[in-house]
Amino acid sequence: MIQLKDISKIYKTEAVETTALSHISFEIEKGEFTAIMGPSGSGKSTMMHILGALDLATSGEYILDGESVSKLSQDELADIRNRKIGFIFQAFNLLPRTTALKNVMLPMVYAGVPKEERLEKAQKYLEMVGLGNRMYHTSNQLSGGQQQRVAIARGLVMNPAILLADEPTGNIASAQAEEVMALFQKLNDEGHTIIMITHEPDIAAHAGRIIHVKDGVIIDDEINKKKKKAYYQK
Amino acid sequence: MDLGELLLECFSTLTVNKMRTGLAILGIVIGIGSVIALISLGESSQKMVENQIQSLGSNLLTVQPSGQNNGAVRGAQGGGTTLTLEDALAIRTSPTITSVKTISPELSRRTQVIVGRNNTNTQIYGVYPAYAEIRKLTLSSGVFISARDVETMSKVAVIGPQVVTDLFGDGVNPIGKMMRTGTQTLKVIGVTTAKGGSGFNNQDDMIYVPLSTAQKQLFGVSYLSSISIEAKSQDVMTQAQNEIGYFLLARHKFNDPTQADFSIMSQADIMNTASSITGTFTTLLSGIAAISLLVGGIGIMNIMLVTVTERTREIGLRKALGAKQKIVILQFLFEAIILTITGGIIGMILGILISFVLSNTMNLPFTISWPAIFLAMGVSGVIGVVFGWYPAQKASKLQPIEALRYE
Repeated sequence: MIQLKDISKIYKTEAVETTALSHISFEIEKGEFTAIMGPSGSGKSTMMHILGALDLATSGEYILDGESVSKLSQDELADIRNRKIGFIFQAFNLLPRTTALKNVMLPMVYAGVPKEERLEKAQKYLEMVGLGNRMYHTSNQLSGGQQQRVAIARGLVMNPAILLADEPTGNIASAQAEEVMALFQKLNDEGHTIIMITHEPDIAAHAGRIIHVKDGVIIDDEINKKKKKAYYQK
Repeated sequence: MDLGELLLECFSTLTVNKMRTGLAILGIVIGIGSVIALISLGESSQKMVENQIQSLGSNLLTVQPSGQNNGAVRGAQGGGTTLTLEDALAIRTSPTITSVKTISPELSRRTQVIVGRNNTNTQIYGVYPAYAEIRKLTLSSGVFISARDVETMSKVAVIGPQVVTDLFGDGVNPIGKMMRTGTQTLKVIGVTTAKGGSGFNNQDDMIYVPLSTAQKQLFGVSYLSSISIEAKSQDVMTQAQNEIGYFLLARHKFNDPTQADFSIMSQADIMNTASSITGTFTTLLSGIAAISLLVGGIGIMNIMLVTVTERTREIGLRKALGAKQKIVILQFLFEAIILTITGGIIGMILGILISFVLSNTMNLPFTISWPAIFLAMGVSGVIGVVFGWYPAQKASKLQPIEALRYE
């Protein structure tokens, strides 16, 4: 489903060239639950952005569902982000001063979902992340953890095949982190492909596969044997 | 995503970010309001000047006697005694003169006027009732010289407000009071409205008496010092000047116009002054308009650009969530248009209000300058829309993650 072939990403400023990713290649099958681990500056976020079609690689090929992403137009990419990918940002990236409900409804606005359905679905997903009583709070009235959960609801609301999460538990208490992981597990069981960045081994342990990144290259790609998951037992 | 949805999204963004929306609208309101107020005020002042010049009478011709030619010596202009009341009456009744509306024969002299212990040396005008009409003279109290006053040689006078102050003192009602000049006593029957002005030919410092009274009782002469003639319109000024000129030449039995014992002056010199004043005003107004447009435009531009960082991130987010480039640009364009229209309308109302209040307090005629309104709305509108749209269109071309990280 996801295929990275010899992907490199180089940031250029006036004087300095920084290589964020260097000749990365891997594949992720449909239904996998993958964690990407690595120290800060290792290029894992860059990898995530390329996977989420939020950024383009400098070189190499990214094939998503058989389509070469680098050859798509901006609008085609927007469509893919809208329908296929749910992205949970580390910095949440909610619309400021806007209610949780409206934030969650936004991807559906661009997908052309009818109004009633939008409202209904947004409510459903907000309830699912435990914010049923906070729907009309604006993003600045919510705590970090609550904002995180709004971001998760927004990432899930289009029912995307792939869920990309950048440090989804980075800003919330460990009890809530477990809840989020349980939610991810449930989604994964339902067939969603999940890729998440984390630096916490506890959280990574929920994934069936762990990719370790350092200095822009993959240093390890292991099957998490401790995890009991039907897919890997096949 | 259809247009209605998009507009809803615009309104929602605008109402959610009240501070930003408010500041943007304020910028546009001030930009447009100040331009409209300043230009309208300028035009009011211009109109005031034009009115004042108009009040001197712009369709006016003045016939004056030339100095007599005694051999080689040419007398002073206007010093002659060749112009008579009969000339004036003949002009009025002549069938060949068609372009003349009103005729006012006049005799003016400076003379001493005494009331009690006060005295003043001022210009006395012997006039017909037509004088008030031609010179656009209005009275603040009493009545003007009537035809009957002229017929009966009444010893009555209409005086200017300056004369009232000089002879009777401030705030005194002089109607019915007596003034002495030479051996004669004149009764004040009217006071003219103050026109302002100073120095030579100050219209507030004059005394008007019936022409017959001036000629026979005060000065003992039979000639006129001038005939003021009002042409039917400004377009027939030249025609009137020619008609009167040839008529009087014939009447005074001259063949050669250069030998004429009179001269006719039009208000051309006044109109020249008027157009040069108007020209100065137009230049001044253009300057004011340019500066206020610049200031207003920069204000609008600033508020639009100040929000670029936040807005660029918003664009990144919207694109990340699946908004197509066109949709994002359209949204920002619509927002800019909504802001500009709202601010424009408020600014227009404010500008008109300000110029109304100011022209009232400053005693200027109130004018609404439509060109100013169109200019202000046009320029500010374009600036508002361009600076709302341009950064958005730039940001929409970035990769979503670049826009999200924009600082």
